[in-house]
Amino acid sequence: MAALLLAQFAESTRFVEAARRAKSADYRLVDAYTPFPVEAVHELLDQRRSHIRVAMFIGGVAMAAAAYGLEYFSAVINYPYNSGGRPLDAWPAFMLVPFATGILMAAIVGFATFLFECGLPRLHDALFAVEGFEHASQDQFILALERPRQDDELHRALDLFRGAGAVAIREVDT
Amino acid sequence: MSIAAIHSQPMPPEAERWTLPHARSLDAVNALVTAPLYERGLWSWKAWWIAAAVSGAMTLGFLIAVYVVLTRGVGVWGLNTSSVWGFAIADYVWWIGIGNAGTLISSMLLLMRQKWRASTNRFAEAMTLFAATIAGIFPIIHLGRPMYFYWLTPYPNTMTVWPQWRSALIWDFWAILSYILFSIIFWYVGLIPDLATMRDRARSKFAATIYGAFALGWRGSARHWQAYETLHLALACLGVPLVVSLHSVVGMDFAASLMPGWQETIFPPYFVVGAMYSGFAMVVCLAAMVRWGFRLQGLITVAHFDVMAKVMLMASIVMGLSYATEWFNAWYGGDRPDRSLLAFEFTGGYAPMFWALLFCNVIAPQAFWLAAVRRSVVAVVAISVIINIGMWLERILIVWNTLSHGYLPSMWRLFLPTMWDWITTVGSLGLFVLMFLIFVRLVPAVSMHEVRKLVDEEGS
Repeated sequence: MAALLLAQFAESTRFVEAARRAKSADYRLVDAYTPFPVEAVHELLDQRRSHIRVAMFIGGVAMAAAAYGLEYFSAVINYPYNSGGRPLDAWPAFMLVPFATGILMAAIVGFATFLFECGLPRLHDALFAVEGFEHASQDQFILALERPRQDDELHRALDLFRGAGAVAIREVDT
Repeated sequence: MSIAAIHSQPMPPEAERWTLPHARSLDAVNALVTAPLYERGLWSWKAWWIAAAVSGAMTLGFLIAVYVVLTRGVGVWGLNTSSVWGFAIADYVWWIGIGNAGTLISSMLLLMRQKWRASTNRFAEAMTLFAATIAGIFPIIHLGRPMYFYWLTPYPNTMTVWPQWRSALIWDFWAILSYILFSIIFWYVGLIPDLATMRDRARSKFAATIYGAFALGWRGSARHWQAYETLHLALACLGVPLVVSLHSVVGMDFAASLMPGWQETIFPPYFVVGAMYSGFAMVVCLAAMVRWGFRLQGLITVAHFDVMAKVMLMASIVMGLSYATEWFNAWYGGDRPDRSLLAFEFTGGYAPMFWALLFCNVIAPQAFWLAAVRRSVVAVVAISVIINIGMWLERILIVWNTLSHGYLPSMWRLFLPTMWDWITTVGSLGLFVLMFLIFVRLVPAVSMHEVRKLVDEEGS
């Protein structure tokens, strides 16, 4: 269970400004929920680096190698067929299948890694029950920070967000 | 006006051109795009039902034609011992060309940071899926023994034989299979944030459940968006070479042969440009349909048609240059079969179609030099239809001309299409339209999150 303070904004500029102020006031920003990617806020959050591209590269290369291996095995080892002295391992002609299937596998692995890194599918989440959260996928911006433990700190945070133009501030337990 | 004077003029911000004032708020974007799905009462849907009925009837015709071909054999088409490939292969190349364009347009424009793609990429990608799926049907029904099509796959079998990996037809199988599956992933990834919007705007529990399930629990968190952007960009980077390789392989189906008019190194790039060309023409038609049908004039503006017309103009010039290169090479190469084929193209049995092709693909699009034409939606759509017809004629003639006029004069025979040829071709168009109509009723036709970003950037 983590206690969060959710500050909701109707405009992206106010949202980014609030996030900057909260960061410089040393509040612990947990996450941000927005209807489109807001890079300025992503930079303020200490996110782990995504490994999607590395996984895609490994998946793609592995598939391409496997596809070439299959071609080599079938054409050179299992069923060698001498047609006019042409090379059995006709690598230029063998390139397309590893290429196409390699890209496909890179996409599949990338998608799987994306789901894994995002923690999806996750059809139930405590945030969905929060009033007004449905606006995060439509037209409003929500900043989530760890709820300050001390009351005076909490009040300062509330003042900061109100001053920055938050349309709603909620405390939630997730 | 001098160049310096043009540059000194204040340019409107990007979104000023790609959206109209009434659509320039986040909620307006959501409301406009979701209205056809959640406020169906605003529409009479008469046009939709008429289109669905017509395309449904055409689809039925297609299914009957496929049934007839599968039960009676490819002899019901106008194939003969010379023209062994007919409408089916030309249709296949035409559809796969259109099928290529959606992902090509979407991913290429993403990599080039063309923000106007935001309102067109969703249905362009949907177009890709439907067109590529239809394209995949043709080579299979065209096989003399379609029940053995799975022999293209390397599976352990009692005959202990393997696919011939050196064959362009095997490359084709893998390229199409990989491409269709890749396109589904690319399309679905781009759709997830919009499905979450649909979930959160749902008026009924049923809609919330269905859209919610497909949205996979997307919350739009910073983590989600970061992963999303990484994946989407990486897929776009992979999509471009995959598309280029796919249509190059289709070109190699012809170029890897030893026939006059086919064995040309220009074929792969020429096919790729042709695919982009016909794809843009089809995207224009679909854009006009979506814009008019769902009143999205605020999101799909005249500027979109203008810029797509410019791309088509460029493509038409490249196509014209490709044709001229082919003719020059046939003459300069000096091979009698090639020169004879060239003469046949201009003066033979299919000559009227060839001249029509040149008019449709090279001459008509030159009207796009005029800004007034580019900024008239009706004119751009009309020329796009002409281009699509021209590209279909091109594919038909690539198949017909060479096969009807090969090396052996005693084998020269024309292809005369039968009723079943026409039903298969026209029916496939019906199937495409039907799939597209169903798509626009179930899924937001415009990428909301990308347009929201565009609108927000303009606002700030």
